[in-house]
Amino acid sequence: MMRRVLIGVAAFGLLLAACAEENPVIAPTGTGTPPATAADCAAGVTTYVNPDTLTVGTDNPAFPPYFAGGETKENPDWEFNDPNTGKGFEAAVAYEVAARMGFTSDQVDWVVAPFNQTYKPGPKHYDFAIEQISYTEKRAQAVDFSESYYDVNQALVAVKGTPITKTSGIADLKDYTLAAQIGTTNYDFIANTIQPSEEPGVYNSTADAVAAINAGQVDGLVVDLPTALFLADPFVQEVKKGVVVGQFANLSGEHFGITFEKSNPLVGCVNLALQEMKADGTLESITQVWLSEKTNVGEVPVLS
Amino acid sequence: MSADGRALRIEDVHKSFGKLEVLRGIDLSVAEHEVICLIGASGSGKSTMLRCIDLLEPVDAGRIVVHGEDITARGVDVNRIRRRIGIVFQAFNLFPHMTVMRNITLGPTEALRMPKSEAEARATELLERFGLLDKKDDYPDRLSGGQQQRVAIVRALAMQPDIMLLDEVTSALDPELVAEVLNVIRELASGGMTMVIATHEMGFARDIAKRVCFLDAGIILEQGPPEQIFTEPQEDRTRRFLQSIIDAGRM
Amino acid sequence: MAYSRSDAPDSGTIVPGGPVPPGSERRSRLLEPLRQEGAKGVMVAVVSTAVFFGLIGWLVLRSPNWPEVKQLFFNGQEFRDTFPSIAQKFLRNIQYFMIGEVFILAYALFLAVLRSLPGSVFFPLRLLSIMYTDLFRGIPTILVIYLLAFGVPSLDIPGAPTSPTFWAIVGLVLSYSAYVSEVYRAGIESVHPSQIAAARALGLSRWQSLRFVVIPQAVRRVAPPLLNDFVALQKDTALVAFVVVVPEAFKMAQIHQNADFNFTPLLAAALLFLLITVPLTRVVDWMIARERARRQGGGVV
Repeated sequence: MMRRVLIGVAAFGLLLAACAEENPVIAPTGTGTPPATAADCAAGVTTYVNPDTLTVGTDNPAFPPYFAGGETKENPDWEFNDPNTGKGFEAAVAYEVAARMGFTSDQVDWVVAPFNQTYKPGPKHYDFAIEQISYTEKRAQAVDFSESYYDVNQALVAVKGTPITKTSGIADLKDYTLAAQIGTTNYDFIANTIQPSEEPGVYNSTADAVAAINAGQVDGLVVDLPTALFLADPFVQEVKKGVVVGQFANLSGEHFGITFEKSNPLVGCVNLALQEMKADGTLESITQVWLSEKTNVGEVPVLS
Repeated sequence: MSADGRALRIEDVHKSFGKLEVLRGIDLSVAEHEVICLIGASGSGKSTMLRCIDLLEPVDAGRIVVHGEDITARGVDVNRIRRRIGIVFQAFNLFPHMTVMRNITLGPTEALRMPKSEAEARATELLERFGLLDKKDDYPDRLSGGQQQRVAIVRALAMQPDIMLLDEVTSALDPELVAEVLNVIRELASGGMTMVIATHEMGFARDIAKRVCFLDAGIILEQGPPEQIFTEPQEDRTRRFLQSIIDAGRM
Repeated sequence: MAYSRSDAPDSGTIVPGGPVPPGSERRSRLLEPLRQEGAKGVMVAVVSTAVFFGLIGWLVLRSPNWPEVKQLFFNGQEFRDTFPSIAQKFLRNIQYFMIGEVFILAYALFLAVLRSLPGSVFFPLRLLSIMYTDLFRGIPTILVIYLLAFGVPSLDIPGAPTSPTFWAIVGLVLSYSAYVSEVYRAGIESVHPSQIAAARALGLSRWQSLRFVVIPQAVRRVAPPLLNDFVALQKDTALVAFVVVVPEAFKMAQIHQNADFNFTPLLAAALLFLLITVPLTRVVDWMIARERARRQGGGVV
């Protein structure tokens, strides 16, 4: 009895302390008239990780089609592709944003930012991260998001000749074993939209997911359309005899955003850059080049 | 029953532990229904001898013949022999995780393949005979030392052995508990059980033994009827041993 | 000299080396001094506990990054949102450790008995058992799980299950059995040789002695360490998260963590594990205390 009283006192003391403070509201800092261009904005930022450098983070391996150009001798740590080549969808976007903000391509530094480190508390070792992170309201409590740089469609990858490739639509997919990668909105899509009778599987990495489908342990993978294009690329065939069965219409407005440490003033500058890129069609052409023309899969039907 | 009437014959048995030779040529003949008492100082080899008879220790040389069968020969089924010979130890060695009844029926049910009801009936009979029936469902740790030792004797008897070996069975008991155990042994003797008893209790040995053997330094130095050994020992060392017992007030 | 409560001095000193009242080992060492010291002692204990933990709490709150940490680790809303799904998946962990423990107890006993077989003819079996324990105590459990869950299915052995969950549990069983067999072995070796002598003297075979006399006593003796290993197993079911497809509690927490960019689900999972392991640990403590009391106080010879 006594012991319980003491434990109660101790726990109560801690709880009181923990709950005492509400989430503090971070007051925005105003700086008078808003800057006109991305370059002006960026020039006014003083919190860069390295001076006169734009430090950009992305995950390693750097998968196509988000990155391209292959591995290089200059930066051997990057697997699959070296972001420094500037090739690939996200590399291209990053360098274009950097240019708009007044950085030359030499002034752009790439660092490895594993996915689950982009939201851990404390200062980041990059100015922003670009690695297929979908915006959600909950995520925005942990990090700041830029505007969309790509509206995501999800797609289904499977093995050629298996029954799932003949699926008639979302309702039909209920009966198959599906999987997604952890940390992606793909899992939520399976769970909430497709609602299969068998519980969806989750893999810690793309590599594990691919291994599973190659081993016949799952019938289909739900991934972002660009990732699907890579996995089922007939010249790459990460998934052996992989095909993109179809894509799903983007009904939720899901999009990728660049992420920043909370309250990083650079967000505004990047947003200005993206707005410029959208206005003059640059973003559209980057998307066309890297996510349509340079893939080998061809047209992907829409599943509904 | 063997042809020459010997229940147990020990012929020139030697036993060493490492460099130490504990039994240096034991010769002994025990007839059917005979009660032999072994006396001697600690370390003289009494325990070792009894353990050798029950094949708990292998002999290094010599042989032991029980009812005409050489039990020290190669290829002998040791378990079968041990079922015919009962041994009770100084430290009782009851199985603490079993009730008294189970302690007693374990051997008969598993080693003799006796049906459980039969084993329990026999056990009940024995317990009653030795005044322990009310303890049959108790665990050993609830019994006094004397009671535990009596249960140990009953456990050995439940196997219906031909020969009983008792190794200093009262040495670990408080004096007031010794008598009840000695009475049990007396009863066994009067019932005709062939027994070899190692003991410090000289008075008891005198009463019960047909023959007393004095063990000294690994051999049976002297043996004979109790009156002879206790009143007119032939050997000097026997005399000295008995004198030390008297001096210690134990006789 | 009899010890009674009325004799207890008011000043609250315990006589060192004095007689120990029977069964007092069962009372908590934590609280016994309080009982001795009476009401004043209780007051002091309450105040010092509040001060001590309050100080720690205050220091944590004063740390500069606390608001951010609180948002990311102690987020009430996130906890409420994710706890139900994590709790539901925790049933899987319970399944895994129940099933695993049954096999571990049996298989480890088998290994321990193998190790104790005497005689030169059984040398290869003893060696096998030793090699097995060395191997599986030497490799980190997570590695064993990875190797089996990814390696075996890709060997495509006809008839063999391909589920990574299955092989992950097999990995846990193989790993833990190595440790538990050593616990059994210690128990077996702790049974006094006189017990074996008594059993053999009745004419029981070596195997019968092992089965009826040695193993029952050995298992009773090592019940506390066996239970400790069971508690460890309960926690290590989280390791299967690395390889399974179908999520259990830890993986579910990770799913939420990565989806919401928040670490609070991990705390929720931790809480669930504590709900199971803490009571069991108390049971083990109680068993050990009871055993100690019985050995010191019980028996009459």
